Amino acid sequence: MNSYVPILVLALLAVGFAVFSVVLGTLTGPKRWNRAKLQAYESGIEPTPQPPGGGRFPVKYYLTAMLFILFDIEIVFLYPWAVTFQKLGAFGLVEMVTFVVTVLIAYAYVWRRGGLEWD
Amino acid sequence: MTGSVGHAGLVGHPGVLAASTIAAPHIEYSQLAPMLIVFAAALAGVLVEAFAPRSARRSLHIVLALGGLGAAFILTILIAASSSIFAGGGAGHIAAMGAVGVDRPTLFIQGTILVLAMLTMLIIADTAHGLSPFVAQAAAVPGSAEEREGLLKGVTHTEIYPLTMFAVGGMLLFPAANDLLTMFVALEVLSLPLYLLCGLARRRRLLSQEAAMKYFLLGSFSSAFFLFGIAMLYGFAGSVRLSAIASAASTNTANETLLLAGVALLGLGLLFKIGAVPFQGWKPDVYQGAPTPITALMASCVVVSAFGALLRVFYVAFGTLTWDWRPVLWVIAILTMLLGAVIAITQTDVKRLLAYSSITHAGYILTAVVASSALGLSSSLFYLATYGFSTVGAFALITLVRDPSGEALHLSRWAGLGKRSPLVAATFAFFLLAFAGIPLTSGFTGKFAVFQAAEASGATPLVIIGVLASAIAAFFYVRIIVLMFFSDPVPDGPAVVVPSALTGTAVAIGAAATLFLGIIPGPLLSLANNAATHLFVR
Repeated sequence: MNSYVPILVLALLAVGFAVFSVVLGTLTGPKRWNRAKLQAYESGIEPTPQPPGGGRFPVKYYLTAMLFILFDIEIVFLYPWAVTFQKLGAFGLVEMVTFVVTVLIAYAYVWRRGGLEWD
Repeated sequence: MTGSVGHAGLVGHPGVLAASTIAAPHIEYSQLAPMLIVFAAALAGVLVEAFAPRSARRSLHIVLALGGLGAAFILTILIAASSSIFAGGGAGHIAAMGAVGVDRPTLFIQGTILVLAMLTMLIIADTAHGLSPFVAQAAAVPGSAEEREGLLKGVTHTEIYPLTMFAVGGMLLFPAANDLLTMFVALEVLSLPLYLLCGLARRRRLLSQEAAMKYFLLGSFSSAFFLFGIAMLYGFAGSVRLSAIASAASTNTANETLLLAGVALLGLGLLFKIGAVPFQGWKPDVYQGAPTPITALMASCVVVSAFGALLRVFYVAFGTLTWDWRPVLWVIAILTMLLGAVIAITQTDVKRLLAYSSITHAGYILTAVVASSALGLSSSLFYLATYGFSTVGAFALITLVRDPSGEALHLSRWAGLGKRSPLVAATFAFFLLAFAGIPLTSGFTGKFAVFQAAEASGATPLVIIGVLASAIAAFFYVRIIVLMFFSDPVPDGPAVVVPSALTGTAVAIGAAATLFLGIIPGPLLSLANNAATHLFVR
């Protein structure tokens, strides 16, 4: 059980910090409300009203976010591979090339379909 | 963790601490070749989408998909025939550092999935009579000007082919996964493309989108339960390997709560995918709303794959806990058989009706799973193969019966079909008789095999209820046959379109297999027996 004590302490610290920040914010911060501040935050798009009939709304933000995650994850895997490059040798190279090519194919699809053009 | 680190690495080069403890893994590419080929074909499909001109895409996709599936099937046979893996009557080999089991039952399941996927691919690719079953522009709001514009331009989503291939790749890996994390990844790889494909029907788009939404939400829930179960079992056994969980379950009696909670949650995730009661709620809605070729894919390949995974988990990881899970599966099997059969009687939509029929059939197979023996495994494998062929054939036939608004799905529209299109009605009647389990069809031999396995394990009450459920089910199958042949045709009723070569082949192979396996079940039955004698590799 002892090995879990640090995790417990960390959890308490996290909860404590969250409560502290929120309480401190409400006590000391200035309160100047306006309409925009009261709106629900929806990743930079107008949450309501939607266009008539449900309509379409731009998903450029999501595309950018998804592409970011794509390359973020790629780095997550590339970094440990770089560290153990000598050890893994040809096997690691083959596997990583397979992985990067897979990601590149998805990227090529996005690029050809105009996913990288903002307008 | 730090206890296992070598001292030399610790003192000399603290920076390469991790490197010194990692041994280069090795992967048996040749044994994983079927899955790798299917995934490679899917990736090549994405490249086709990116670079090929619009007019050439469909034909390229068909070549890639059928070629990939065919090559994977041939390789599966070659692996099954290779002596190096099964030398000395061994159960099989665990490949990819313990992540994937390559054994006889898995190869049988993968072969079944590949053949059924090829048949389904034929229906998916059918755009004869100017009608693809898939939507022109999925992003266009149903009924909007954009949608009409897309239809007039004749654009189609050819992404359905790579998406289907990714799903099939996941289906191949799902029953082969030898640790729970690989299994979870496979579950997601097979599910995510399916959620999307369900929402791409050309007709009745709102219904299709509703189906996709429901499937996605409920499927995500079941995936979360599955993941929760993995966490519990990891907490209990300290490993996600199926064999490690099995050995921990037989030696460690301290944390039984964790173990049983894990079994329940993991079982929930698996039973959801096969649509067993009480996790069947999504099946009628999704089967009805999805494009019919995708419904065929879900009713055949996904069920085969999910049963494969269920069998592996319950026979390998929980093999020593038979007395704990058997009573639960008993109850679930009974509920699944009876509820599916009873509710199917009130259905008026052909696809909904086949969905409830699929639920009942899941119940029949569960009676063999409960047997938890080599006989139970072999009869499940045989049943899955026979049922898959009939299902793909039946759904392929449904795509042929159309009226001006698309497929004619309401049962009243099918009245008198036998008088206008005797061949189509007779073939459909034959598939229905197979579902009902009438002799001389594969449905009879399959049902006989699973009930025999259940009987041999002492589950006679299950067999009695199974036969009772079959009798109830036979009622509504026969009712459709009576409706087709002995009712007067409705005025301006649906017309049967002449099947193109693609759908025609799918129907013909489905019907031929149903008939052949009903009359001469021997070869496939002995293949299934062969596959099951050594159970799964541990």
